[in-house]
Amino acid sequence: MLDYFLSFLILTGAIFTFIGSLGLVRLKDFYTRLHGPTKATTLGVGSLLIASVIFFSTRGTGVSLHELLITLFLFITAPVSAHMLAKAALHLNLDSLAKMPVEKAPEEKVKKVKKEVEEKTDEIQTDEKAAHVSSEEPAKESTPQNSNEKLADS
Amino acid sequence: MLEIVIPIALALVAAAIAMSFWRLLRGPSVPDRVLALDTLYVNTIALLVLFGIHLGSALFFEAALLIALMGFIGTVALSKYLLRGDIIE
Repeated sequence: MLDYFLSFLILTGAIFTFIGSLGLVRLKDFYTRLHGPTKATTLGVGSLLIASVIFFSTRGTGVSLHELLITLFLFITAPVSAHMLAKAALHLNLDSLAKMPVEKAPEEKVKKVKKEVEEKTDEIQTDEKAAHVSSEEPAKESTPQNSNEKLADS
Repeated sequence: MLEIVIPIALALVAAAIAMSFWRLLRGPSVPDRVLALDTLYVNTIALLVLFGIHLGSALFFEAALLIALMGFIGTVALSKYLLRGDIIE
């Protein structure tokens, strides 16, 4: 009976380890690939280690629990490394099947920047009128560019 | 029963290692390769545990624990390097 249970656990573990790597090979982009091997870590190695605990505990040499140490360590570290990898992938702007969320600037900030830009353009125009400079055209060209840059920065 | 199951399980885990190695060689981006290395060490732990059950010796668990520790540190260091361009700032 125990033999059958152990065989079931070992087969489950091996199959899930296999499926995890299959996902690593077959899935399309990095973010979906990241999700495949987590099955191998938790279910696969987890059930293999439980099988090992039962196997070595029933051989008459006392309870053997140091396999649980590996399980615990893997369960703690797997999400941490997955998080770090996802952060690195986002930093490198890897291609994704899903659309990336677009970051929007808060409306108050946009209004504030627009107001500042308008004030600046007013200042420039009044300066030009006061100085009677003949080179009006390049100044007019440069003001919309400046406002665009400001908006892009915000 | 165990004599039949363990070789099958060893073959499955070996196939898993081969596939993650393929991803390590092929992977289009650097994070893919790091992920493949991560999977590779987890699969190695599974292989060592299976081998320990097969031989009936508890010697392999220390090796598995060491691989788990070093693998985690390696993954974190590599992704930190990708993230910041430097490991220790």
